[in-house]
Amino acid sequence: MQVTLKIFRYHPEVDKTFHYETYVIENAQETDRVLDLLEYVKGYYDGTLAFRRSCAHGVCGSDAMRINGQNMLACKVLVRDVGTHITVEPILGLKVIKDLITDMEPFFENYKKVLPWFINNSPLPEDGRERRQSPEERARFDDTTKCILCACCTTSCPSFWASDDYLGPAALVAAHRFIFDSRDEAAAERLKIISETSGLARCHTAFNCTLACPREIQITKAIAELKLATITGRV
Amino acid sequence: MTKLHQFDVVVVGAGGAGLMAALYASRTAKTAVISKLYPTRSHTGTAQGGIGAALGNLEEDHPEWHTYDTVKGSDYLGDQDAIEFMCYEAPQAIIELEHMGLPFDRTPDGRISQRPFGGHTNNVTGKPVRRACHAADRTGHMILQTLYQQCLKNQVTFFDEFQVLDLILVNGRTAGVVAVELATGEFHTFHAKAVIFATGGHGRIFEVTSNAYSYTGDGAAIVLRRGLPLEDMEFFQFHPTGIYKLGILITEGVRGEGGVLINGLGERFMSKYAPTVKDLASRDVISRAIYTEIREGRGVNGQNYVWLDVRPESVNQYAAMDGRTNPDGSPYTVTGEQILTKLPDIIDFCRVYLGVDPLTEMMPVQPTAHYTMGGIPTNKYGEVVIDEKNTVLPGLYAAGECACVSVHGANRLGTNSLLDLVVFGKHAGLKAAEFAKHADFEALPAHPEEEVRAQLEALRNGSGRENAFEIGREMRKVMFEEVGIYRNERGMRFAIEKIHELKERYKHIRVRDTGRIFNTELLNAWELGNLLDVAEVVAESALNRTESRGGHSREDYPDRDDQNWLKHTLIWKRNGHTEISYKPVVITKYPPKERVY
Repeated sequence: MQVTLKIFRYHPEVDKTFHYETYVIENAQETDRVLDLLEYVKGYYDGTLAFRRSCAHGVCGSDAMRINGQNMLACKVLVRDVGTHITVEPILGLKVIKDLITDMEPFFENYKKVLPWFINNSPLPEDGRERRQSPEERARFDDTTKCILCACCTTSCPSFWASDDYLGPAALVAAHRFIFDSRDEAAAERLKIISETSGLARCHTAFNCTLACPREIQITKAIAELKLATITGRV
Repeated sequence: MTKLHQFDVVVVGAGGAGLMAALYASRTAKTAVISKLYPTRSHTGTAQGGIGAALGNLEEDHPEWHTYDTVKGSDYLGDQDAIEFMCYEAPQAIIELEHMGLPFDRTPDGRISQRPFGGHTNNVTGKPVRRACHAADRTGHMILQTLYQQCLKNQVTFFDEFQVLDLILVNGRTAGVVAVELATGEFHTFHAKAVIFATGGHGRIFEVTSNAYSYTGDGAAIVLRRGLPLEDMEFFQFHPTGIYKLGILITEGVRGEGGVLINGLGERFMSKYAPTVKDLASRDVISRAIYTEIREGRGVNGQNYVWLDVRPESVNQYAAMDGRTNPDGSPYTVTGEQILTKLPDIIDFCRVYLGVDPLTEMMPVQPTAHYTMGGIPTNKYGEVVIDEKNTVLPGLYAAGECACVSVHGANRLGTNSLLDLVVFGKHAGLKAAEFAKHADFEALPAHPEEEVRAQLEALRNGSGRENAFEIGREMRKVMFEEVGIYRNERGMRFAIEKIHELKERYKHIRVRDTGRIFNTELLNAWELGNLLDVAEVVAESALNRTESRGGHSREDYPDRDDQNWLKHTLIWKRNGHTEISYKPVVITKYPPKERVY
């Protein structure tokens, strides 16, 4: 089948501003990933097309893009899902560096602000074995362990577009993963961080993040649980 | 302009091995991690089923059994001292990961949960043992995230999206690496006392592969160009269950939870090939079995695939036939909900890429190029060794998939790759930091980046009459067809000739992007050069080994030949030609015997 790909292009060393290029691929399959099509364009039409990718099956989080207006991983969406006329643009809210590549540094900086690492300063179990955790306690934060830091959620969030200093859903997901882990001891500290003005208060429950998440994390729900925890002081 | 940095230890690669090395090295030495990807994009994150350790949380198990299983799995080519070291370190390594916060699945009493995996057995009964510690079917993701988070906590210095292009050796000692910053195109020289390569494998030499685009053998190719040998490059693992055509991995954990392989006639064929453990035989055995079924006309609808069936009713039916039980002795049964909880990502992959729901339909699978058993030769401390006598190259270390310790020998057991990178990543980090404490910096050459600058310039200035993508496509096809699961002399000679032709054509590609900022075209072209170099030594090593062992199956030499081939291959590239030599396998407790599952 024939697929028409309209791609956002911007080369900072050549272009004054962005433009769109259209490429027609004649022998596409309905099971082709959008990433396969981008690779094809890069391989046979225009090698200068720049985008990030690695695992190609939705696990590494490299290739978040706006595909027909919605944030997705290019490797996890097929032609049969989006049709034969496909517009591909960089994710919004982060500076475009080149073509589909955006500056991810602010995104990772926000992530680091919520202390996204396990904190437990109590003595280790005397038997030298694992800390115990029941399956129920483990299930409490399972959903938010799935995050691959692709930025689909944060860059779909209107509050993030409006405000550079908003931590964004992905950072809040990371906070949730630790705050609701029964083994972790720094919940109070993290709740304080995300209670500041750049945190939870900026979530206006648009649900864009939940819809955008390629890992199907219930992000808005996780944020609601965090909000409740800041009010009740309980996790 | 070239920027200069100085660190005691530089780690190249930020997957599990690199991050583990960085965590340990940074405790006592000024350490930097250089990675071509953001660390969380590394390929460790795609590992699914589990990490092996004889914790014995659900049933009796011993590091000694794990050792024997790994030796047997390696088809006796693994070095037994290194294997024993890894398997005895394993339980503590897992506990340490848990203490770092890794969210393992739990048993009802709150311990780390474990599941059966191929080739891991109770050495008394020969039956599968629950040894794979898991976090759903994203164990690698959890390991990668946890280690990255711990590195952030410990303020490890990262150079993200920097591509290392060369290793600087001075007078046979390590002096650092040369890298390019992808965002600016600038060269950076990292002056270091010790360098740890943790650069991953090279599965992208094959057409159907579970490996990431970034798996281009960069570390191996650099080492080869610097005149150092690679070990056992003929041994590449084909995982039995990749999604048909796409190669995306379907974890062995599916079979660990009771899934079975079914041929086009509806038969559970593994009982023919491995009567005791059946669908949980080691990967080389199952991949060959699938291939044999297909070749003899029992693929599905005459196509190159078979079914993997994890529908609850099938699992329960076969579990009852096998007499499989739970730890408490009750019959083993599953529900759809339990399958979904234990294998959520697999279910998701099948729904997205195949439009198939594994809870109600069977999955079409074929073997997929998966894991690099060979690589940069090291000893069990991660020190790179450069000849038949295991002479150490001062200051150079390797760990993880790019290294060959060798603990996997001719065939790796599932779950042992994650274990390998945790254990040997840690020891490489410790050893490198200790070395740095006593070593001085080697003086750098005047222009360490000169050679790679010329390399990249050549890629920009070729005649342009060849297309890099086309060269890559032809390489992957010939490697998969002729140096794949089954190999023979005629096919491999053809492949080698083809690789030589492609290397000539590679000289005529031209990178059109003249920019410096994120020149991914230039990066991909350079990576293709690495793949071609690595493919050549894989094919040469495979042609040279005239026996069948583990993942290396020769149609023209179908038997294992311990008399002549119980030895490691070392291959060098010198003056444009490959040279091969050998070193002995370390055998301690387990004399080679016939391998039956």
